[in-house]
Amino acid sequence: MNTIEKNLLKEVADIHETPEGAYNIRANGKLDSRNTTANIDIVTKEDKSGIDIIIKPGTKHESVHIPVIISETGLKDLVYNDFYIGEDADVVIVAGCGIHNCGDQESAHDGIHSFHLAKNARVKYIEKHYGAGDGLGKNVMNPTTIIELSEGSYLEMETTQIKGIDSTHRVTKGTLADNATLVIHEKIMTHGEQQATTDFTVDLNGVDSSANVVSRSVAKEKSFQKFVSTINGNAKCNGHTECDAIIMDEAVVTAIPELTAANIDASLIHEAAIGKIAGEQLVKLMTLGLSEAEAEEQIINGFLK
Amino acid sequence: MLELKNLCYTVDGKEIIKNISATFDDGFIAITGPNGGGKSTLAKLIAGIYTPTSGQILLNGEDITNMSITERAKKGISYAFQQPVKFKGLTVKDLLTLAAGKDTSVNDACNILSEVGLCARDYINREVNGSLSGGELKRIEIAMIIARETAISIFDEPEAGIDLWSFKSLNKVFEKMHDKINGTILIISHQERILNTADRIVVLKNGELINDGSRDEVLPKLLEGTEANINTGSCSVLQD
Repeated sequence: MNTIEKNLLKEVADIHETPEGAYNIRANGKLDSRNTTANIDIVTKEDKSGIDIIIKPGTKHESVHIPVIISETGLKDLVYNDFYIGEDADVVIVAGCGIHNCGDQESAHDGIHSFHLAKNARVKYIEKHYGAGDGLGKNVMNPTTIIELSEGSYLEMETTQIKGIDSTHRVTKGTLADNATLVIHEKIMTHGEQQATTDFTVDLNGVDSSANVVSRSVAKEKSFQKFVSTINGNAKCNGHTECDAIIMDEAVVTAIPELTAANIDASLIHEAAIGKIAGEQLVKLMTLGLSEAEAEEQIINGFLK
Repeated sequence: MLELKNLCYTVDGKEIIKNISATFDDGFIAITGPNGGGKSTLAKLIAGIYTPTSGQILLNGEDITNMSITERAKKGISYAFQQPVKFKGLTVKDLLTLAAGKDTSVNDACNILSEVGLCARDYINREVNGSLSGGELKRIEIAMIIARETAISIFDEPEAGIDLWSFKSLNKVFEKMHDKINGTILIISHQERILNTADRIVVLKNGELINDGSRDEVLPKLLEGTEANINTGSCSVLQD
């Protein structure tokens, strides 16, 4: 693996050398390396591109890293990754995609991740998207995440896209059974003429199921962001969705909430706030000796922390 | 030393500050007067948030009238807002670090926070957002000024909202600051207990400086209410 590829790995998965525990590193559309453990198996799919990650019931304190990196220009990669998490397991899954495109052709990675959580399983899922390279070729990522939560299971998803992705259309769908919980934190920063659309659909089908979908984003220059959040409350449940965005320059942000309560005991809330950085925040930091640009940087870094 | 020379500030034809001249040497100076008298405006003119329509502001003899907020901050002017600003994502430690202009150790932050009556362990990693009460935000605002250690410190109604914390502690903060830096501490306040500790009291009314003298000269007149009528009107000034 060369330095560019190592750097991409560091950005998307915080991996410096070989990660601990189970991992599967995919580079330029091919398997680079893999490790399985006694409790976590990784199997290559035979009918299509991708892998199955099978986590045994009761597995605790283990992690799986499945980063994807692309450093060849013009490569279009499509993978299907299925996660099967056994009953009572409690694991951390780190995915992520890094593209370094120095050429003039479009590089793309479309990942379709499906999570199947058995009863009372818990997962923390961390996903990072990063693009680099100074070529004319565009970096495109269209991740799809399908989450099926059985009774009493819990999934927390942290998804971050801070730099370098020219176009992204993220689709996330969650289906929750009784007492299941889904928490999603999304962080996005776009600049230049980047486009980012995120589309969340959560079906709260189980009694006492709950979902919290929170997006914080910063849109700079001429970039465009669209946040669509659909929550369907089909049982006694709690759903909350929040979009908090800072716009700068000539950027455009659209937030579209869609809440449907189909049960008298469904409780659903949507909050959205879009605006520029508050002038008083800049002034306060300037009275501490920061220039306006430094103040802006601090405010954005804090907001996306 | 801070000098104001014939300072005027007019907005939409309305004179908010009318030809104010004063010299503020080292010490503890209270600025008081009725609401709407121009006290906060004067503080904002000194900090560079507003630009005067005419007149001059000098810091240690140097004309800072046309300097930006940032430049004045770097020259040694600090300003604690009347209404503290909230920041989503920035923590108490982040703000103290920015205020100090250097990385603040947990120990330093702890000392500063305990001066304003906050337990560092509970607050250092808290976000300075709407989850903090008005009194907590106010004390963090004061803590930032302590961390800055500048020659000129302006506090805009520091006592507002600190009901759970005593005036005694607040006065201690000012005394300690003065002992440490020997600078100018300007405090905008209506509170007798604050005015009582000041070396000098300046009274502003309708944008004019109507009285300026030692505490012993000015305070008795204020308490009689003959001077600035500040204990009449909408606010319960000079009352506990």
